[in-house]
Amino acid sequence: MGAPLVFLLLAFLVYPVGQLLTLSVYNGQGFTLAPYQQLFKSALYVNVLWITMKISLATTLFAVVGAYPIAYLISVAKGPAKSRLIFWVLLAFWTSFLVRAFAWVVILGRNGVVNHLLLSLGIIDRPADLLYSFGAVLVGMVHAMLPLAVMTMLAVMENIDRTLPRAATTLGARPGTAFWTVYFPLSVPGVAAAAIMVFVSAIGFFIVPALLGGRRETMITQLIIDQVQQTLNWGLAGAISVLLLAVVLAVFLIYDRVFGFASLTGESAAAARNRDTAARRLGARVLALFGAASDALLALVPRRRRGGDGAAPRALVVFVWTLLVLVSLPAFLMIPLSFGKGGLTWPPSGFTTQWYEQMLQSPIWMQALWRSLVVAFGTGLLSMLIGVPTAFLMVRGQMRGKGAMLAFILSPIVVPRMIIAVGMFYVFAQLGLVGTVIGLVIGHTVVAVPYVVMTMMAVLRNYDTRLDLAAQSLGARPVAALRHVTFPILGAGMLSAFLFAFATSFDELTISLFSSGGLSATLPKQFWDEVTLQVSPVIAAVSTCLLIFIAALIYAADRLRRRSVAR
Amino acid sequence: MSSSSLTVQGLAKRYGDFVALAPTDLIVPEGEFLTLLGPSGSGKTTLLSLLAGLVQPDEGSVRIGAQDVTYSPPYERDIGVVFQNYALFPHMTIEENIAFPLKMRKVGAEEARKRAREALEMVHLPHVAGRYPKELSGGQQQRIALARCMVYRPSIILMDEPLGALDKKLREHMQLEIKRLHRETGTTVVYVTHDQEEAMTMSDRICLMNAGRIEQLGTPADLYFRPKSLFVADFLGESNILPADARGRVGDEVEVHLGGQKVPGRALANGHDLPRGSSVHVMVRPQNITVARAQEGVEGSGVQGRVSDVMVTGSLTKIYMEPLDGALPSLVAAFPTRNDGDAYRIDDVLSLSWSGRDAVVIAQGDTKPAAKPVAA
Ligand SMILES: Nc1ncnc2c1ncn2[C@@H]1O[C@H](COP(=O)(O)OP(=O)(O)OP(=O)(O)O)[C@@H](O)[C@H]1O
Ligand SMILES: [Mg+2]
Repeated sequence: MGAPLVFLLLAFLVYPVGQLLTLSVYNGQGFTLAPYQQLFKSALYVNVLWITMKISLATTLFAVVGAYPIAYLISVAKGPAKSRLIFWVLLAFWTSFLVRAFAWVVILGRNGVVNHLLLSLGIIDRPADLLYSFGAVLVGMVHAMLPLAVMTMLAVMENIDRTLPRAATTLGARPGTAFWTVYFPLSVPGVAAAAIMVFVSAIGFFIVPALLGGRRETMITQLIIDQVQQTLNWGLAGAISVLLLAVVLAVFLIYDRVFGFASLTGESAAAARNRDTAARRLGARVLALFGAASDALLALVPRRRRGGDGAAPRALVVFVWTLLVLVSLPAFLMIPLSFGKGGLTWPPSGFTTQWYEQMLQSPIWMQALWRSLVVAFGTGLLSMLIGVPTAFLMVRGQMRGKGAMLAFILSPIVVPRMIIAVGMFYVFAQLGLVGTVIGLVIGHTVVAVPYVVMTMMAVLRNYDTRLDLAAQSLGARPVAALRHVTFPILGAGMLSAFLFAFATSFDELTISLFSSGGLSATLPKQFWDEVTLQVSPVIAAVSTCLLIFIAALIYAADRLRRRSVAR
Repeated sequence: MSSSSLTVQGLAKRYGDFVALAPTDLIVPEGEFLTLLGPSGSGKTTLLSLLAGLVQPDEGSVRIGAQDVTYSPPYERDIGVVFQNYALFPHMTIEENIAFPLKMRKVGAEEARKRAREALEMVHLPHVAGRYPKELSGGQQQRIALARCMVYRPSIILMDEPLGALDKKLREHMQLEIKRLHRETGTTVVYVTHDQEEAMTMSDRICLMNAGRIEQLGTPADLYFRPKSLFVADFLGESNILPADARGRVGDEVEVHLGGQKVPGRALANGHDLPRGSSVHVMVRPQNITVARAQEGVEGSGVQGRVSDVMVTGSLTKIYMEPLDGALPSLVAAFPTRNDGDAYRIDDVLSLSWSGRDAVVIAQGDTKPAAKPVAA
């Protein structure tokens, strides 16, 4: 059952990436190390590598710190408050990276929101250069990665037993101590999982540094693009890829040694791993100190006599909502701009629908939209076709080496997208798949299918297999049982897996950047070409449409999920 | 040994419009083992959480000893709580778990270590100090939870269904263990369970709750033999509840006429002052009923009927009988199983009788039972 998936990954992940890596040591005639000499000889490349590390680490730090209170509040919230919080995080999560990065161009630009604000407050007397700086890149990156960090952490936090901190208070711990010595250590695997996901995504990211960074903020993936698109130096592209892959794999190996991969999928942390060590004792002492310090701080705040029962402190709620508004706001700024006459200058003036009309009348945009929809739908279908059987195999099947199989299935997430995209481009070019719908569907399926398998595995784990046996004992043959019992019950889970694949493809830029050429651009590719070549207000209109489309999708998916839960 | 009394006055908790706990008064004397018993959703956990300070009351007060703690946070109450799922900290060793409350009380490391070891001795698990909670069985985790709670000698210990997750045999063993620890430490204990047998065996007094209020508070014998309402009679053990008319007081007993055929009988008045002719219920426990063949003719309270089922449940044999008087519900009698098990058969006509001292009057207008008495 897993064969199609294994074949797909071998043919369109392992082979292309292998090709690319080979190109770094094989120049057509024989073995060579020239690309590596070129790489390490020039200060430029070493510098870029250093900057990439710096930006990725800083992004990881800020994204994780910012995500923690949000994830914490979601994990303790209940009912509609929880749904509302999750909706806004999901909206940010699914809003296109492009839209969000572009929003920062508008916000930080010379005629942007921040400059306008500072000017009108009289803090500065002429527009400051905010864009194309380390700060701008960092803001954009953190903003891009924060939702991912929240979602990853949340998986672990939701599994922390909430009676534990309460038990700590009945044993005499003040709230601060209860948090730092009991809750926080239990959430550390989640923090680590979030950190590694953010770091690995950040190190392979190019949208934000390309749009918000200057020459000094060039990241390593941009170098790869340059080598492939401009200098056609495949050897050097391969060598850089090797370097990037090595860093990522090293990070993952360290992670596995310390925390174990299981915590990445939100499974309960193997807390009992580390025996009494000096590091552990030191950690405990530091946390106890944090606890005492926060208790001392809390003691300064007058205690509410009749507080809500164990409800989150008001200050935290306010803080988190402020963060969420800040996270959502940039994309929402596109709405007023898309109706303004003044283009992308803040504040918007007048009212016009001309940008929408231009968008609708432009054959390029409409073709791109149509192509994206077709590709996303195809990706959804293909991912389900090969992902669902694999998930069944992984959950129900008896076989050896499941762990290795899972690692293999998840590898498209681990390997930086840029490396996959370049390798695929190289192979597609040989097969004549560049610029075809089929090629894009295959490419997107490679990166979407791990999410389908993971979602379906979670769904299947919660599914009571005795229902199948009951159906079979009532006379249903296996296929009939699948049709009449299994699929109807799993319907909502399958739909959300499909939507996940659909949305992944719909927002995919890296693979499309190379493999959808010229007239056959997808929506993100078209968007990218527009923002990098000529900035037009039509982009604000397109962004608004994308935002509404995503919000509607999330809302619909949530409704469906609830209906299936209510059953 | 430190130990305190607990005084609750007019304590109430609402969630929106829903009354989880109606205004409640309760006094638990120093050193008592009090059990909160009641069906699911009756407010046991709510009351316990209010005592622990995990939930804030809407009105009323809680005092521990002489100190008003109504709005004190849990960490200032000097209480111990044993949670149903044990709530052991998974990232700490057993010894660290037990030393945690001592650390919170700024007990020195050496001293804390020593006392943790003593607590482990007390629950007979000295060899697991270095393990993590995951590496213990359910019963062992339960004992560690007890040790962690007792190590700092809180003046009151609250337990919410601490044995709920254990199998029957282990549960019975742990009941004895908890009783022993209670005897040795003399701490005041408030214990929640919905298992009535557990409540009967362990408690000094039982507080039976229903729909957010206290239905009856008393010793196990009080509740079992002298229920104040149909709900109590029905909730604790098997019972026969018969409609009757009061005919007049004789000492501490009341003369009654049972059912439509007015079978004469007696029952304890249980403090009720009943005017002649008022409708009441009479409750009698199955094992207090004497079974005889009808033709033998027995004096005293006697209800005649036809056997509908005979069940040997092990040590007891139960006989279910449909009274000839249609106004009476079916009755159940129980007696020790003898080696002539087929002495009574289905459709035999029998006479059931009991002494007036074993029957008790429940005045009409008291709460209805939750469900019909079980009969076959
Ligand atoms: N946080 C809450 N919000 C709303 N209703 C609640 C809340 N906590 C408890 N309740 C309601 O209060 C009632 C009493 O709950 P409680 O937990 O005290 O019952 P219980 O007697 O402990 O039951 P069980 O034996 O099932 O544990 C229940 O109907 C419950 O639904
Ligand atoms: Mg309860």
